[in-house]
Amino acid sequence: MTLPLFFFYVFSVIAVASALMVIASRNPVHSVLFLILTFVNASGLFMLAGAEFLALILIVVYVGAVAVLFLFVTMMLDVDFAEMRSGLLQYAPIGIVVGAIILLELLLVAGSFALAPEVTAIAMVPAPDGIENTRALGQLLYTRYVFLFQGAGAVLLVAMIGAIVLTLRHKTGVKRQDVFHQTGRSRAEGVELVKVKSGQGL
Amino acid sequence: MLAATGIGLGHYLAVAAILFTIGVFGIFLNRKNIIVILMSVELILLAVNINLVAFSAELGDLAGQVFALMILTVAAAEAAIGLAILVIFYRNRGTIAVEDVNSLKG
Repeated sequence: MTLPLFFFYVFSVIAVASALMVIASRNPVHSVLFLILTFVNASGLFMLAGAEFLALILIVVYVGAVAVLFLFVTMMLDVDFAEMRSGLLQYAPIGIVVGAIILLELLLVAGSFALAPEVTAIAMVPAPDGIENTRALGQLLYTRYVFLFQGAGAVLLVAMIGAIVLTLRHKTGVKRQDVFHQTGRSRAEGVELVKVKSGQGL
Repeated sequence: MLAATGIGLGHYLAVAAILFTIGVFGIFLNRKNIIVILMSVELILLAVNINLVAFSAELGDLAGQVFALMILTVAAAEAAIGLAILVIFYRNRGTIAVEDVNSLKG
């Protein structure tokens, strides 16, 4: 067994086991933590496949952002998760049937296909030799797929604005700055001229 | 090329198939808890990403990794929007159980 193969088995066994714990653990906080473990191990698998950039992006985006978001939401909501586990096995039989069928089909497909010998010659974007994965991916993303890249940025921007708009709450009774109201004030409502008699004051 | 490391394409496809199945099974198993359903969807997307990266490495074609990057982007956006909807739903109804989400009577 070569060293990469050994690490492949280590990463994939831990990834599959922790993915099982994601759906099986009683506490959703534990689920999120196991999800993080799954992603870290999947990033190890990516690294073994030579996709270093994606492996590190997976850690940054998923472990750093998405999983922490899940963790915040899970801890923020005051939900009785124990009650939610009741009736857990109600749908387990049909789930097992559907899962077994899908797994069987996927494994049959994975085990029985063969790549045509000329398929590597017609690669859309052949990976260049001699430069590292991150540089090659960057050269590709900023030239050939630049519009796709910009589109991904637009998707993230829309998602960000959407999440903010959805969850923003305007509390009543809090003083806020109203720029339109401020700059639209006229002199009449702003100042009052008082004629002061000399020697008397106001 | 994957073959130089001793790991075959089939290894990656098998792991991805198992992860995909666990994700689908998780949706059935946790029918009540939307948070775990969202996590299961993330597992499914991760399985798809593993497939894309494995084929990209096997065929020496970088386009697969660009695909995987886009899926990562969409998955992050989906998680953010899904959790935002979850939070406002909890604020309005005080529950996140799937069976209580029946305002539309669909």
